[in-house]
Amino acid sequence: MIINHPLLGPRDAAEFVHLGDASLIDRPNWQAEDAAAQFLDYAYMRDNPAGELRELWYHEQGDRSWLVVTRNTLTHEISSVELARDVALARGRDR
Amino acid sequence: MHYSAFRIFKEGLTGNKGWKPVWREPEPKAEYDIVIIGGGGHGLSTAYYLAKEHGLTNIAVLEKGWIGSGNVGRNTTIIRSNYMLPGNQPFYELSMKLWEGLEQDFNYNAMVSQRSILNLFHSDPQRDAFVRRANAMLMSGADAELASAEDLRKELPFLDFDNARFPIKGGLFQRRGGTVRHDAVAWGYARGADSRGVDILQNCEVTGFDIEGGTVCGVQTSRGPIRAKKIAMCVAGSSGRVAAMAGMRLPIESHVLQAFVTEGLKPTLPGVITFGAGHFYVSQSDKGGLVFGGDIDGYNSYAQRGNLPVVEDVCEGGMAIMPMIGRARLLRSWGGLMDMSMDGSPFIDATHIEGLYFNGGWCYGGFKATPASGFCYAHLLAMGTPHPVATQMRLDRFKTGSLIDEKGVGNQPNLH
Ligand SMILES: Cc1cc2nc3c(=O)[nH]c(=O)nc-3n(C[C@H](O)[C@H](O)[C@H](O)COP(=O)(O)OP(=O)(O)OC[C@H]3O[C@@H](n4cnc5c(N)ncnc54)[C@H](O)[C@@H]3O)c2cc1C
Repeated sequence: MIINHPLLGPRDAAEFVHLGDASLIDRPNWQAEDAAAQFLDYAYMRDNPAGELRELWYHEQGDRSWLVVTRNTLTHEISSVELARDVALARGRDR
Repeated sequence: MHYSAFRIFKEGLTGNKGWKPVWREPEPKAEYDIVIIGGGGHGLSTAYYLAKEHGLTNIAVLEKGWIGSGNVGRNTTIIRSNYMLPGNQPFYELSMKLWEGLEQDFNYNAMVSQRSILNLFHSDPQRDAFVRRANAMLMSGADAELASAEDLRKELPFLDFDNARFPIKGGLFQRRGGTVRHDAVAWGYARGADSRGVDILQNCEVTGFDIEGGTVCGVQTSRGPIRAKKIAMCVAGSSGRVAAMAGMRLPIESHVLQAFVTEGLKPTLPGVITFGAGHFYVSQSDKGGLVFGGDIDGYNSYAQRGNLPVVEDVCEGGMAIMPMIGRARLLRSWGGLMDMSMDGSPFIDATHIEGLYFNGGWCYGGFKATPASGFCYAHLLAMGTPHPVATQMRLDRFKTGSLIDEKGVGNQPNLH
């Protein structure tokens, strides 16, 4: 698989480490009333779709950036690559 | 039809005209007592033990393709009971005992071969960890034997003992471990279940669940609706997709694992050997091919095929312990869908939906579990309580903090 890095261009997926579903960006608030239930969901439960999945990849053997890669789990086809930082900011994270 | 040496002899003399198909191809009935989704090793063994141990035969196994088309026909066929934690090891030892009696039990040649498994270690701390594991194995009634590098030099002289990076310091043997002809396991269980009255429905894909007021009462399939009092999911790598049809999210991700086989060679490997400093396991099939594998590719996948970096990584692992395999030519490779759970251990449990049961999360070690998984799942379905060796394989264990984390590394969907 080739990941088209937004800053570095096309890179071999072997340079990256895969973390999983990009919903991991949305870390729950640990002070919420139902924090335990939210963290159970966040840490352990997965949608695990057969089809399009937005997921986090880390460019360990490269510029060490985190990316959000949209990839089809049935075909391995990658349709978009974004910097995780941009995605996190757009979702309301402060950094 | 009973298989025996006499039968082979007689058929040989009479033109082999007496062999019959070993299971029927029935039409689906409108209703069953129990419907099992998934005709892999676990689904078929569940049906077999329900019929044999509990006398329940109004059962159907629904398989979307043909039986054995999933992981049960794609794995590297290794069986062992060398786990450590109390939530796992007694279960796998029960499985090993069932393997030992399986062929007599279901009267089918599954080529169960207890040719031993050897886990190599490469450092002093690793030896200490293996001693601890060996003790846990012995306590569960399994066998375990520590071998020094000197012992191994006599038995397996071709290993690269003095490898500069990963010298071989010894290994942990389980002599009762070994390999089994994987598709024969599916066929043997299918035959045994069918002959007791279980309907095996191939090309019958489950496409939805009928759930009324929190109770499941049937499934929609590509061959029409089927009603049932109890419905048992058993679809391994497809767990997420099937559970989603019942509105469930699982602590499971689907990943791809590859396996490889070389051209046929003269007998070289007496048993199963695994590398302790990377992930590589190898055995030699009776046809002579070296059958080997390593890690999952490492990203979510339902594609049943992997990528090249893992081929390189696995072959590097092999070269590190037995450089001679560099001369062998790789003939085939393939991939299967792994139901990777968040602590590397499986589930055999009832769900929050009345009448709906779940078996899955086998990661890449579920073949060895096939007999015990079916045995314990059948126990749960028939008696309503977990089998004593499967009490910790609960779906809610992440909520209660009772993880079965063999590696001790926390929640990661990439454990063995
Ligand atoms: C390459 C590879 C190597 C492995 N090596 C080993 C090993 O050496 N030792 C070991 O112990 N384990 C090994 N495993 C793991 C082991 O094969 C699996 O854990 C085990 O086979 C899973 O259980 P099963 O046999 O029931 O799965 P499967 O055979 O996959 O059965 C699941 C069935 O469900 C069916 N299904 C899916 N969706 C539906 C639906 N909607 N409706 C109806 N049917 C459906 C599928 O078609 C499939 O036939 C390996 C796996 C792979 C892929």
